[in-house]
Amino acid sequence: MSTFPVEQIRADFPILGETIRNKPLVYLDNAASCQKPQAVIDSIVHTYSHEYANIHRGVHTLSVKATDKFEGAREKVRAFINAASTKEIIFVRGATEAINLVAQSYGKSQLQAGDEIVISAMEHHANIVPWQMLCQQIGAVLKVAPMNQQGELLFDEFEQLLNDKTKLVAITQMSNALGTINPVEKIIATAHARQIPVLLDGAQAIPHMVVDVQALDCDFYVFSGHKLYGPSGTGVLYGKQALLEAMPPYQGGGDMIRQVTFAKTEYAGLPHKFEAGTPAIAEIIGLGAAIDYVTAIGMDNIVAYEAELLDYATQQAEQIKGLNIIGQAAHKGGILSFTLDRIHPHDIGTMLDSLGIAIRAGHHCAMPVMDFYGVPATARASFAMYNTRQEIDVLMQGIKSLIEVFG
Amino acid sequence: MFEDLRDLYQEVIFDHNRNPRNFRVMADANRQVEGFNPLCGDRLTLFLKIDDHVISDASFQGSGCAISTASVSLMTEIVKGKTEAEADALFKQFHEMTTGKTEKINLEAIGKLAVLAGVREYPARVKCATLAWHTLDAALKNEAQSISTE
Repeated sequence: MSTFPVEQIRADFPILGETIRNKPLVYLDNAASCQKPQAVIDSIVHTYSHEYANIHRGVHTLSVKATDKFEGAREKVRAFINAASTKEIIFVRGATEAINLVAQSYGKSQLQAGDEIVISAMEHHANIVPWQMLCQQIGAVLKVAPMNQQGELLFDEFEQLLNDKTKLVAITQMSNALGTINPVEKIIATAHARQIPVLLDGAQAIPHMVVDVQALDCDFYVFSGHKLYGPSGTGVLYGKQALLEAMPPYQGGGDMIRQVTFAKTEYAGLPHKFEAGTPAIAEIIGLGAAIDYVTAIGMDNIVAYEAELLDYATQQAEQIKGLNIIGQAAHKGGILSFTLDRIHPHDIGTMLDSLGIAIRAGHHCAMPVMDFYGVPATARASFAMYNTRQEIDVLMQGIKSLIEVFG
Repeated sequence: MFEDLRDLYQEVIFDHNRNPRNFRVMADANRQVEGFNPLCGDRLTLFLKIDDHVISDASFQGSGCAISTASVSLMTEIVKGKTEAEADALFKQFHEMTTGKTEKINLEAIGKLAVLAGVREYPARVKCATLAWHTLDAALKNEAQSISTE
């Protein structure tokens, strides 16, 4: 742990120097959104100060510069997840929009009434509702692979759900509510053995794992930039080129066309076919800066450091009487979801906030997960590469104190 | 350690959270409404017995945070014996107190409920305190079987 330059990293995130209610901020709500390093903030300021114009349009210098930077960010994303081509990198607003795009474009054009889509019991609402909407529209059926009390996918039961009617598996790589990391390689191999394509929801996984979409062989991969230390309003849909080529556009408008007449419109090629309208130009360039930042630290180093943080937090939490950890998968990322006997998570959230500690209290956009555990909500501390053992100590001391106060 | 929170979490609130009053199913209730706060998952069922426009009994079931539990517990105590019109007036006063529309709280009218005035400073928690009263409002109007704060 000592070799990881956490203090140096912290100094790169100006917001970590803030005080909240006169206490130093302890930011442990990273699963909801991560903070931004100065490099990302500077990138946005630089774009708007020196290099901003609309992209893919003008012949003027600024437009060319902005276009180069924007397409440069696409190449950075491609390299980061090791996609085969930048044609496979579609910029969207976030993971949610990416899943909706796949549901409405791929789903509506490729699936029929009676076809089945398999998700898991630990999905975020963003990987449930778009499929329910699609099912309503076309008469497809949503199947849910169950999990055990630890929050681990029941693989055999998942496998048994796959049949000739299954046309898509959409599953999270890492659960936002529980921290569970799913065995996605095995899931993909099993689905592919039946020619079933797989969409991975990487919203939670992307800042915490090495992602190689070619090694994974997933058919679609989605993530949000804001969880990768990048700006909000940015997201990525990766899709295998052949699948994306065959899909109809999701939205119509400017930038996604080759030629428009009132009689007929010819669509642009990939990736622009799926990028109607002016995108979040400065933000996506900022996402490129975030990827540079993370890459310079090294994802392997981040993974190792965060694993130590989670182990430490889990050990400390287990010693607190009346604290119940929700989600104890053997393979887990930096999320500590918990309840306290007789103390509601919202009270925990407010009390910790008064100590400067930001955690999430609620259902984490995963109401079915809450139902599974029979709780209305949980408190969730989620870690990022800039968190420290000392911050975990502050959290644990805060929890102990509020248990005392509630009596 | 939690000095800043003393206005929000007063001892009365801890007391009602630990030992909620009128926490029971009422078999002979003639009004029953469910209140739900989808933001935090708080759920309560309010039971009222109204005879000749007077609330002769009030009780509740459900689970929620300390603020919401204390709020509904205090409410069932205070509305008992009140007329529907008096309870409705209290709802309006409580709503004004917690949403900060009136600077001055009419302590005489609001009585013990004043312990919940602190939520004004915590916008994220106002709905915890008002859920009980919105549920009461629905029960008095006798229109809905369930209400949601969203």
